[in-house]
Amino acid sequence: MSERSLDTFPRLLLQHAAVRPEHPAIREKDLGIWQSWTWSQVAVEVRALAGGLAELGFRRGDSLAIIGDNRPRLYWAMTAAQILGGIPVPMYQDAVAQELEYVLQDAGIRFAIAEDQEQVDKLIECRERSPGLEHIFYDDPRGLRHYSQAFLRSIDAVQELGRGRSAKQPDFIDSEIEQGKAGDVAIMLYTSGTTGKPKGVCITHSALINAARGGCGFDRLTADDEILSYLPMAWVGDNLFSYAQSLLAGFTVNCPESGETVMTDMREIGPTYYFAPPRVFENLLTQVMIRIEDAGAIKRGMFHYFMGVARRCGAEILAGKRVAAGERLLYALGNVLVYGPLRNVLGMSRVRVAYTAGAAIGPDLFRFYRSIGINLKQLYGSTETCAYVCLQKDGQIKLDTVGIPAPGVEVRIADSGEVLVKSAAMFKEYYKRPDATAETIDAEGYFHTGDAGFFDQDGQLKIIDRAKDVGKMANGALYAPNYIENKLKFFPHIREAVAFGHGRGMVCAFVNIDIGAVGNWAERRNIPYSGYTDLAQKPEVYALVRECVEKANAELALDPALCDSQVHRFLILHKELDPDDDELTRTRKVRRGFIAEKYGVLVDALYSGKTSQFIETQVKFEDGRSGKVSADLRIEDAKTYPPATARKAA
Amino acid sequence: MAVGLDSGKKIGGVVLGLEGITLSFGGVQALQDVSFDVREHEVRAIIGPNGAGKSSMLNVMNGFYQPQQGVIRFRGREHCWMRPHAAAAMGIARTFQNIALFKGMTVLDNIMVGRNLKMRCNFLLQALRLGPAMREEIEHRRAAEEIIDFLEIQHIRRTPVGRLPYGLQKRVELARALAMEPAVLLLDEPMAGMNLEEKQDMCRFVLEVNDHYGTTVVLIEHDMGVVMDISDRVVVLDYGRKISDGTPDEVRSDQAVIDAYLGVAH
Repeated sequence: MSERSLDTFPRLLLQHAAVRPEHPAIREKDLGIWQSWTWSQVAVEVRALAGGLAELGFRRGDSLAIIGDNRPRLYWAMTAAQILGGIPVPMYQDAVAQELEYVLQDAGIRFAIAEDQEQVDKLIECRERSPGLEHIFYDDPRGLRHYSQAFLRSIDAVQELGRGRSAKQPDFIDSEIEQGKAGDVAIMLYTSGTTGKPKGVCITHSALINAARGGCGFDRLTADDEILSYLPMAWVGDNLFSYAQSLLAGFTVNCPESGETVMTDMREIGPTYYFAPPRVFENLLTQVMIRIEDAGAIKRGMFHYFMGVARRCGAEILAGKRVAAGERLLYALGNVLVYGPLRNVLGMSRVRVAYTAGAAIGPDLFRFYRSIGINLKQLYGSTETCAYVCLQKDGQIKLDTVGIPAPGVEVRIADSGEVLVKSAAMFKEYYKRPDATAETIDAEGYFHTGDAGFFDQDGQLKIIDRAKDVGKMANGALYAPNYIENKLKFFPHIREAVAFGHGRGMVCAFVNIDIGAVGNWAERRNIPYSGYTDLAQKPEVYALVRECVEKANAELALDPALCDSQVHRFLILHKELDPDDDELTRTRKVRRGFIAEKYGVLVDALYSGKTSQFIETQVKFEDGRSGKVSADLRIEDAKTYPPATARKAA
Repeated sequence: MAVGLDSGKKIGGVVLGLEGITLSFGGVQALQDVSFDVREHEVRAIIGPNGAGKSSMLNVMNGFYQPQQGVIRFRGREHCWMRPHAAAAMGIARTFQNIALFKGMTVLDNIMVGRNLKMRCNFLLQALRLGPAMREEIEHRRAAEEIIDFLEIQHIRRTPVGRLPYGLQKRVELARALAMEPAVLLLDEPMAGMNLEEKQDMCRFVLEVNDHYGTTVVLIEHDMGVVMDISDRVVVLDYGRKISDGTPDEVRSDQAVIDAYLGVAH
């Protein structure tokens, strides 16, 4: 088939089934054993599923909701819907019923595929209020034996219908694929909705394929690569890496057994291509550090010594820079004794390209992975731009930039400092929201990202904050809350931070401690605690956090533009910020405005000079029930530093 | 607790009957003339204050203790007492109040121990990993994996049991008992020492075992909420005697039970 005709995902699938029929396309660990499906088997499965959907009345333009963990059948459902000219709408698997209901109604969804009983229960709940949902299909039958609803079917049953149909009408699927056009909407993803209701981002086959093609070329991805798919299917990155790029390059997608086994599965598969948001890298590092602290003195000593070596020269060696022969030798020894085994434990022995995005990554964290020989890079993008705007090129890695514009992408900085993007890998529109579409895509075709940033002298893009969040303090100094919060979050003991300061005389902050890291720290010091709320209010923990805040202040003091943003007062929240309580988005970004309103008393207490404040908060548990958490919160002052006069004078 | 799983359940005839069981240790009367029965597919709870004889009752049922008097009827056959290995072979599996797992072995190995009774190949074949032994191993490994999947413990498959938190160890013990594919499952305080979330998980698993495999469950439990929620019938012991027997509602309103739990002057 010529390159030109490979312009939709179903056609890409047919091509792989023809060119590499025996190459593994997707794997899933089931009952402890990795089960593989080759490209030709996947084609057969997808055809059956598409046929079954058509039999049940799925028509061109219909949407198919997909909800669950990364499972082969759910990925197949995406292609099956696309074959029929329909639009898959993957949703976050931890979304509660109301959130699902909103999407189901907004997109007018009649068909939904769920992974298991948990998701089916939510969909059935939705169906009571949105009867538009006509069919629910499920992958895992466990616990569903006594569900007798007529609208509920297993995916196997749907495929059976499809096989029956293709016996009667053998050309049906091929003619459906023939009708598909590159300009058709291939997928609809709902934005996390930091502000307002979620919007459906419509992405065409051509846009997503363009993004995939650019990325595959940039990092030379081939059919022999392996990826572990464990990030939500509703997230644009998974659609790009595990779906679009896999279908373009023909590489193998591996679905972990369950969310808790990702680490083990990763070691077993040894992916060559890896993606994780910064928090995953952070959790991995925290786990490693905890285990090292528990290890024997010899191991611990060896680890710390060689990590020192890696810090000095590891990143330089990976970047191919000149390093003294003695250091090189030490690093080689460290590679045998520490870095190699460590990469193996992390499951990253074979990683050729690793990316992180979604939030700023701490410089120490970033350097740690690069220094032990993992080619970790950053990229920049959003749902609207198919996660494809800037990429870091091998050998040109910087800690605080997101790299150069990707092939085929034009990036411009507006006068306001906002980053504007134009490319062939751009979303078509917001579903049924021409007003919102017109607002973000200007007359010249540039997409307004809403991020503030600038190009450095090497032509690499540096993002500082959301454009609308960048504010001014009472004295007119620049205030970038995200920048401050990130500085705090880079400390392993701090999980989340929320800064306040726009229009105020000083910056204050809420802090969430990392229960794993601080819990371990407390155990080591024989500090007893009963749970998060208790631990968070320990004077020792406050001292620990104050130390972190003061270190961050010292760094901020060095930056002439941001030295006024030092955190004067802080408190540790009595509960962890949670997407279920609307405090974080599903992608775990803090909803600053909402938090400021919800915890108004605490903000007032921070600025009124009080040393403690009582608060009671409603919380939602995972099973949908709610309860209350209350505590008397301490508020403490942190030391601030005078602006670095030496640098100012220079 | 949201439980709606027993919708399709059919409770059958008596599978295990105990008649006039009397057990004493020297001068201490642990059980005095206790009779009750367990029906197929039901969840039967044994409750009572501390020292009431609940664990002794369970131990009589699977042959750990031999009663001085009384008859045990299992699937129509009468026994004056059981022997533990015979009870296991007949399809009675149990878990213990104080977890009795092999701490140094992995979760998977512990569960495979539960398959031991089902293995037919001799020691030599197994040691040499000869054809039939390998086929058998694979077959049993599959059964073990199905249980791992069922109880959602995939992530600890290779972890030595001693390194697991208490709640998970309890779940592993249940897994090992299930590996025997028992007709009757005896659970000695499966939820003791657990937090609310772990208890809810355990309740769900017990009910799913009962529903999915059709296993008859006899359990001892202190948490009244749990007992009343998941049991079909409850027998109440106090000072080694049966003081009440019936559905949770009947037992709850029985004056003798209220007295035993709240205490009256004896």
